[in-house]
Amino acid sequence: MSSEVKTAPKEGLFSKKNRQLLKDPFNMQNPVTVQVLGICSSLAITVKLQPAIVMGVSVLAVVAFSNLITSLMRNLIPNRIRIIVQLVVVAALVIVVDQILKAYVYDVSKQLSVFVGLIITNCILMGRIEAFALSNSPWKSFLDGIGNGAGYAAVLIIIAFIRELLGSGQLYGVQVIPHSWYIQNGGFYSNNGFMLLPPMALIVVAVIIWIQRSKFKSLIEE
Amino acid sequence: MDINSNKYTYIFSIIMVIVVAALLSYTALSLKAPQEANIELEKKQEILLSINVKVEREAAGKAFDKYIKQSLVIQGGKVLEKPTVPAFSIDMASTVAKPGPERELPLYVAEVDGKEFYILPVRGKGLWGPVWGNVAMEKDGNTVYGVTFGHKGETPGLGAEISLPIFTDQFKGKKISEGTEFVSIEVRKGEATTAHQVNGISGGTITSVGVQDMLKDCLAPYADYFLSLSNAPKDSAL
Repeated sequence: MSSEVKTAPKEGLFSKKNRQLLKDPFNMQNPVTVQVLGICSSLAITVKLQPAIVMGVSVLAVVAFSNLITSLMRNLIPNRIRIIVQLVVVAALVIVVDQILKAYVYDVSKQLSVFVGLIITNCILMGRIEAFALSNSPWKSFLDGIGNGAGYAAVLIIIAFIRELLGSGQLYGVQVIPHSWYIQNGGFYSNNGFMLLPPMALIVVAVIIWIQRSKFKSLIEE
Repeated sequence: MDINSNKYTYIFSIIMVIVVAALLSYTALSLKAPQEANIELEKKQEILLSINVKVEREAAGKAFDKYIKQSLVIQGGKVLEKPTVPAFSIDMASTVAKPGPERELPLYVAEVDGKEFYILPVRGKGLWGPVWGNVAMEKDGNTVYGVTFGHKGETPGLGAEISLPIFTDQFKGKKISEGTEFVSIEVRKGEATTAHQVNGISGGTITSVGVQDMLKDCLAPYADYFLSLSNAPKDSAL
């Protein structure tokens, strides 16, 4: 009650509605598992945790700032060229991110290779700008961008965690399965090489969707 | 002003393009130095790897200065006294496109634990794009000491295996010439039997053949240089 009194005259920065914008994309409105957007990159760069995290952070930055910038200009953008304007905003931000990665995390940028450039075509970005940023205030759009970027990153990290652990026995490049377990060292264990291939990412995504939908029945389509 | 009028749309697009272009050129220019440094260090790291010196990319610059004693430029079997570009800055892609005798090729002389090696960069075509590498030769200019291969986009699990030790380790001890004749190294289907053969990659035939062609094409000009080295004392004795 007291918090509502405080924010009563004007909507607070983190009012319930705004918190919802941040929270929803993690579960009920997750861009990957519910809206099934941005699947291609989540298959391609989730073999290891590090590139997945960098990709997640890059997408988060791009979607948050493209939402913010588009929302700031939303009353100035001529309707007929609004898709082009959105593309220019997104593409410019992606190029900036790509340049920064090349300069400061060169190895990761090599692993991500074309997928950084392909953030431009990630449906989450255009989807959020078109559906949200064009008709909402800058702060809300920014939160929505962060929420969706983080929702995407979270799924990526879960997939990469499973794939790196089962596929190479490592987490973030550190060996976690003891060497003595492996068959070649006289143990009983062997990495699942199939986990390193893209089809397994698809199956992992599917399993995540399955678990999520069996827990939250409202997500199940008719 | 009506934001949907033609005039406004044109003005908006022009301003947008100018602002974005300025922003991007500024970013590109201000980040150019660290980016180029990264590429240079990676190149040094790959060169060192061929003589079995494994260093982190950050340390590659220092290690390169420590182990590489000389950087020469070879053209038509001779060392160029005044090369147009220094060895390290030679663009392999454009020099390899020229016929053998016209190429200006880099040659690094390395010294590890008192032993001298020659390192020869090579470049060719794989299945999907360029392949390249560094071949380290022992002092006789005939025996291979180690190789590294890289590729732009060969198929993972198939052609991309050329960069893995399972393929590159085979080259150690192979010979590129027989007497005074250059024979190169064949990348074979099936068992490798002679000193001029290695085992190809099953499922990566076109990449394997690409590596074979690259070695034949790129090592020949160097072989001329090595032959002239081994002949030199004889000539003076005559």
